[in-house]
Amino acid sequence: MTTATLISCLFVFVLASFVGFEVINKVPPTLHTPLMSGANAISGIAVLGAILVSGALGWNLSVVLGLIAVVLATINVVGGFLVTDRMLLMFKK
Amino acid sequence: MNWTEFLPSGIQLSYLVAASLFIVGLKQLGSPATARRGNQLAAVGMLLAVVATLLEQQVLNYGMIFAGIVLGSVIGAIGAYRVEMTAMPQMVGIFNGLGGAASALVAIAEFWRLLGTGANLSATSLVTIILGVLIGGVTLTGSLVAFGKLQGILPGAPFIFPLQQPLNALVAAGFLVGSGYFLVEPSNLLLFFGLVLVSLILGVAFVIPIGGGDMPVVISLLNSYSGLAAAAAGFVVGNNMLIIAGALVGASGIILTQIMCKAMNRSLLNVLFAGFGSESGGAAVAGAAVGTTQTVKSIDPEEGAMMLGYARSVVIVPGYGMAVAQAQHTVKELVDHLEGKGVEVKYAIHPVAGRMPGHMNVLLAEANVPYPQLYDMDDINPQFDQTDVALIIGANDVVNPAARHDKGSPIYGMPILEVDRAKHAIVIKRGMGTGFSGVQNELFFKDKTMMLFGSAKDVVGQLSNEVKQL
Repeated sequence: MTTATLISCLFVFVLASFVGFEVINKVPPTLHTPLMSGANAISGIAVLGAILVSGALGWNLSVVLGLIAVVLATINVVGGFLVTDRMLLMFKK
Repeated sequence: MNWTEFLPSGIQLSYLVAASLFIVGLKQLGSPATARRGNQLAAVGMLLAVVATLLEQQVLNYGMIFAGIVLGSVIGAIGAYRVEMTAMPQMVGIFNGLGGAASALVAIAEFWRLLGTGANLSATSLVTIILGVLIGGVTLTGSLVAFGKLQGILPGAPFIFPLQQPLNALVAAGFLVGSGYFLVEPSNLLLFFGLVLVSLILGVAFVIPIGGGDMPVVISLLNSYSGLAAAAAGFVVGNNMLIIAGALVGASGIILTQIMCKAMNRSLLNVLFAGFGSESGGAAVAGAAVGTTQTVKSIDPEEGAMMLGYARSVVIVPGYGMAVAQAQHTVKELVDHLEGKGVEVKYAIHPVAGRMPGHMNVLLAEANVPYPQLYDMDDINPQFDQTDVALIIGANDVVNPAARHDKGSPIYGMPILEVDRAKHAIVIKRGMGTGFSGVQNELFFKDKTMMLFGSAKDVVGQLSNEVKQL
């Protein structure tokens, strides 16, 4: 990674953080748990990185660690979205 | 434009759409009417991002990756459908840890891959790798300790030993120095795996001194870390999608952490380093002194039912004790009987009533309590003046009036539910034990407070029967 890419990544990171603060600031307390478990599922986005590092053919440490990461991150993603959905189904007027 | 040119742009555009879906999804999670759709939109965004990544030209190992995804999906789905709603904090805790572990593994794997290519590793790459390992590692072991404390595997009390903070600072300083060496000598594998190990130790050291009562703050903070870990992994592999999603989660976790700290009137630093609740010995003595000079009024369920059944308005204050006793369904029954008698019933929810932000709301939703009946602290407090009976079930510190006026109390300044402004208060409690703060509650000794001793589930069940027969 060059310094120029690092800087442009930093731009994306900081601007996305501001978007996050703005979007989430007004969530009512009733929804804090679903918000957290939904956000939790989104943090499973690491599955993308895991797929990228385990993409090579053949076996080496990178691929093995990457595949373990694929499993762990997928548990996070699938479990997170499903349990959030289960909770939100219970919220009734 | 031919296919080989289109594909990379198509992947990037898919990421843009997926990131937008995350933002719109999170926005819709902010209102009960749209929350479910918001969660589904975010899930669609995730699916799109995963499919786009599978099309990247460096991804060839499809068989194994699919196997990994299937295995993860099955485990995740089983977990999501089996978990009890009371165990949600543990569930979120363990998921935070898995996300952190995945991010750290991505950083380690990418480091190994770069090392294998024999290319010169730039300082920027190495810094992102160290950050990825550190944040991911701390998130993993910190979450595991939090899980252990919530699940009761580890003792909930703060784990404190002499020279703890200097020692922790020493370990952190060691990590910094080691990282400095690593930048100069990236091929030193012993050093690299030493750094991995120290990250894991730092995560444990960070959570063990924090008491069980402060877990809502820790879970929120670890939620934020799991996002930051994903963003760090994004820096490592140079992928904007990870950075955006990670930043969104990081921001949401920090907001929830702030809300929880405010609800306990403590700074984040105080939560992390003060070992709150560890001096319960001294506070218990003070409580006993109060107990000898004052007496409490105890009533039986029949009298309680009379007070509730003939009231005009009742506010129920559920605490974690109610959730532990699994009494929320019985409470809902009691409320149904009361409403049948024309009593107006509301629920008052303190922000730290459960073990994570909004936990109590989910537990009551599970018991079919409609969410418009749940009132936040700021909305309900002005209404206690017109309330006939406040029924406190398994809550303690969050209704202690000492927080308003007793400057010597450890909970002084904490925002509370002002149940002492109601005409009467009925407190359902096992005995005269103290809350997490270790202080005795002066509400229990007030003239208008009646104590109903017993387990929440039994007592509420008896109240419910008595009210039905009124």
